[in-house]
Amino acid sequence: MALALTEEQQILQSTAREFIAANAPVTHLRGLRDGKDATGFSRDLWAEMAKLGWAGLIEDEANGGSALGFGELAVLFEECGRKLAPSPFLASVVLAGGCVRAGAPAELRNPILSGVARGETLLALALDEGATFAPYAVTAKAEKSGDGWVLTGEKTFVLDGHVADRLVVVARTSGSSGDRDGLTLFLVDAPAKGLTITRTTMVDNRNAATVKLDGVAAEVVLGTVDQGADVLDPVLDRATAVFCAEMLGLMTEAFEHTIEYLKTREQFGVKIGTFQGLKHRAAAMFAELELSRSVVRETVSAIDDDGPDVPTLVCVAKARCSDAVSLIAREMLQMHGGIGMTDEADIGFYLKRARVQELTFGDASYHRDRFATLQGY
Amino acid sequence: MDSLESFRQEIQSWLEQNCPVSQRQLREGEEAVPWGSPQFGEEAQQWLDRCAAKGFTCPSWPKEYGGGGLSKEQERVLRQEIGTIGAQVPGGSFGTHMLGPVLLELGSHEQKLRFLPDIAAGRTVWAQGYSEPGAGSDLAGLQTRAVRNGDEYVINGSKIWTTGANNADWMFCLVRTDPEAAKHDGISFILFNLKSPGVTISPIELISGASEFCEVFFEDVRAKAENLIGEKNKGWAIAKRLLQFERTMISGFGAGPGGKRSGKKKRVAKVYRAMADMALQYQPQKDGKLANVTLRDQLTQNEMDTICFTLSTKRAGEEAKAGAGPGHTASMFKWYATELNKRRQELIMTSLGSKALGWEGEGFEPHELAQTRAWLRSKGNSIEGGTSEVQMNVIAKRVLGLPD
Repeated sequence: MALALTEEQQILQSTAREFIAANAPVTHLRGLRDGKDATGFSRDLWAEMAKLGWAGLIEDEANGGSALGFGELAVLFEECGRKLAPSPFLASVVLAGGCVRAGAPAELRNPILSGVARGETLLALALDEGATFAPYAVTAKAEKSGDGWVLTGEKTFVLDGHVADRLVVVARTSGSSGDRDGLTLFLVDAPAKGLTITRTTMVDNRNAATVKLDGVAAEVVLGTVDQGADVLDPVLDRATAVFCAEMLGLMTEAFEHTIEYLKTREQFGVKIGTFQGLKHRAAAMFAELELSRSVVRETVSAIDDDGPDVPTLVCVAKARCSDAVSLIAREMLQMHGGIGMTDEADIGFYLKRARVQELTFGDASYHRDRFATLQGY
Repeated sequence: MDSLESFRQEIQSWLEQNCPVSQRQLREGEEAVPWGSPQFGEEAQQWLDRCAAKGFTCPSWPKEYGGGGLSKEQERVLRQEIGTIGAQVPGGSFGTHMLGPVLLELGSHEQKLRFLPDIAAGRTVWAQGYSEPGAGSDLAGLQTRAVRNGDEYVINGSKIWTTGANNADWMFCLVRTDPEAAKHDGISFILFNLKSPGVTISPIELISGASEFCEVFFEDVRAKAENLIGEKNKGWAIAKRLLQFERTMISGFGAGPGGKRSGKKKRVAKVYRAMADMALQYQPQKDGKLANVTLRDQLTQNEMDTICFTLSTKRAGEEAKAGAGPGHTASMFKWYATELNKRRQELIMTSLGSKALGWEGEGFEPHELAQTRAWLRSKGNSIEGGTSEVQMNVIAKRVLGLPD
């Protein structure tokens, strides 16, 4: 396992950084917001990213991918995170794409995933039902009907669900809410009868949809009936890990921006960075950032090595990044004073996105509880 | 087989034959006896001597100075293998971790020959003469004077918080050689024998009941002028360089048992498993879990921080594999490690409840009494070796480039 970036990863990082700076700086997100864009992201930008090989980065070569690892994927997410670049990367490639990769029958798997790798097919995962992340708290029902299944229920916070061509829907085939057993993953075409997808605009200007399933027919099961969690759990861990890399990107940029401000802004006739009250808080943020970087690197390399400690590391990474991103975003606003409160500055965009990141895939307390349970405390 | 792999096998068989079984376990806290002290055991001495003969106490120092002459990669392999059998590199001290690296960088060839082999072989115990009663964190405010007299310097003044001075042979000491110069410009770095006439050493009792620190007084103490390191009045740069090595040592980064990563991970897991078991033993349970969810959350948070910290020191090592010495991130590690340890000690105190409040006598198990002392001792972690506040100033200025 490697904690430092390899030379190849460093090259990938600098190309990605240049690309994002040229094509998706924060003004890109601002433009989408101000223009009340119907999708909330740029399909052209996503097509460009796909052309660079991002959408197929972890996909098999047979499906048009580059068969690289999560270490490389994390590098790209970190760069997207720095500039808050919106795209269906996570939802399509890692989350729902991961479920298809792990659970779809071969004849479907390859055509769908090569579409994903080309950036043409968009996928989304419909999992959450309540206001907090609780992957087994599923009440949406799937009932047998002839050769297929009929789905009923309601899903919330479906990341990029409003643009998905196909949805992976988690429904209950037995047991009751909270049980790990009895979950089944279904693949559903977006225009299916009985399916209503409503886009919600979030505080960070990203998109999560509400999905209503009113007797939707589903024919394809991903994985095994009742054992959907076997497919879902590793996918969620992997998605959470790269999402942590995105958080790392956000906090790195926010931190650097803030330090720069402390060096230039004058008050009381001196640079505000001379004040010890601010210096010590800057030093504390630096430590949070460094610790976050270490655990994110370890987690993605553990995924690539297929290490046994992936679930515990994911807990450590997400708890650490949730706390750190929150601290750094809040301090960024506070240290910028009144400027931080204005919409004209980009700071608010960082704070808003950080709050969404903190919660997505479970907040810090969720992951500490999960870690303690895994350790048997 | 590549040469590193054959080196590993060579080390494995050497360790098998030369490391006494009694030395194949880490000793921490009160169990850790500094070498050279009266409590240092016979087999521990044997292990030290055997390592010293191979140059393994200071593996990457040149052979002519008593080191092993190993490459960084070989040193890593050696530390890994020593860690794997549960032992540690013996003889770790202010000499090996602080003075030695400074002499290697900044001492003359004669000075290196004069002092380094004795350090590597564990023949001289060194004490650090830095802090003074009137100048703790404000180190450059020191007042101890050294006046040139022929081939000697005559030293007057006092030092405080001198770790293990009552057990030491020599001192590396900061002295003021030009009282007229600006604060940082009149300081020199000199070495002298603590058995010299005019040296008085008295231990300081701490809140934990222990007394590992001393106050040291100098009255016309004579030091050879040839033992002044670097240039006269230019000692401040040397002092700062040494502090970087000290911070590295205190944070355990680079000075730890150096086991394989999985070994270090396992050790962290073991420490926290023991902490959780203790909490489960002393605190109410519900469904086999700690009923107090706040305590459970805090324990978990502390373990996670420790994991992230361990990974960060490891990452710093990987990123610095070009061979650079510790830089200013040593301040971050020193600050974070000591604050983390204080939080850990507070948590253990909370877990043990009133059983952690004993001082001596009946009613308490030995480990409970030890805990009380460990908690008290930990308070000094964020003061000794530069306070947390000083470290944060260093991070802000040197790492982040914030203005003065």
